[in-house]
Amino acid sequence: MKLLYFAWIRERIGRPGETLELPAAIVTVADLVAWLRERGPEYGEAFAKPDLVRVAINQTHVKPNAPIAGAREIAFFPPVTGG
Amino acid sequence: MAVRVQAEDFDVGRETAALTAGRTDIGAIVTFTGTVRGEAKGRPIVSMTLEHYPGMTEAELERVEAQAHERWPLDASLIIHRYGELKPGDNIVLVIAASRHRHAAFEAAAFLMDYLKSRAPFWKKETGVDGTGHWVDAREADEAALARWDGFGSRDP
Repeated sequence: MKLLYFAWIRERIGRPGETLELPAAIVTVADLVAWLRERGPEYGEAFAKPDLVRVAINQTHVKPNAPIAGAREIAFFPPVTGG
Repeated sequence: MAVRVQAEDFDVGRETAALTAGRTDIGAIVTFTGTVRGEAKGRPIVSMTLEHYPGMTEAELERVEAQAHERWPLDASLIIHRYGELKPGDNIVLVIAASRHRHAAFEAAAFLMDYLKSRAPFWKKETGVDGTGHWVDAREADEAALARWDGFGSRDP
């Protein structure tokens, strides 16, 4: 699965993205965040506060309970601050 | 309808003229320009860097623009948002809403700004005079600003 990271989530993980094999047990976005958190201290820091993490699947905003089935690209980022 | 995400600056007058060239049906044009403030929380900043999500940013701005056209009888619209390193006083964002009458143009321009601020994937990082960077926190007030548009908007001018 292609994963992308932006802003301070990118900085804390230390890379703009990566392609990872995801376990079949991961069904929702929240499952994926919980799994990523355990991958290492840098991920733990990036995902320490899941309520500050926003997620897009295939470049569309989704909620934490959204299923990841059919995703080509999943992005993680803080609340947006444009405008 | 048009959306542009670019590093380059824009000229409000030139963009307005291009958007409305040859149009005699339009009676009202509202433009909003957002610029970089030179201080944040009382401290001066030397620059602001805008990161974005190429592809999704354009798609999200187009979705926001399409919603404005569903809610108001707009005859033309334009959103330009810059990314990269900007200095205090620089332009960040331009919204133009044009309609036959002023109410639709005013309301649609405000709606476009409120919605793009909470939906379009951009992130601001401010750099202070000591060189340290600081990611701007999202404001709860921006999220609250969306609520006032619930059920709002009229296709009847």
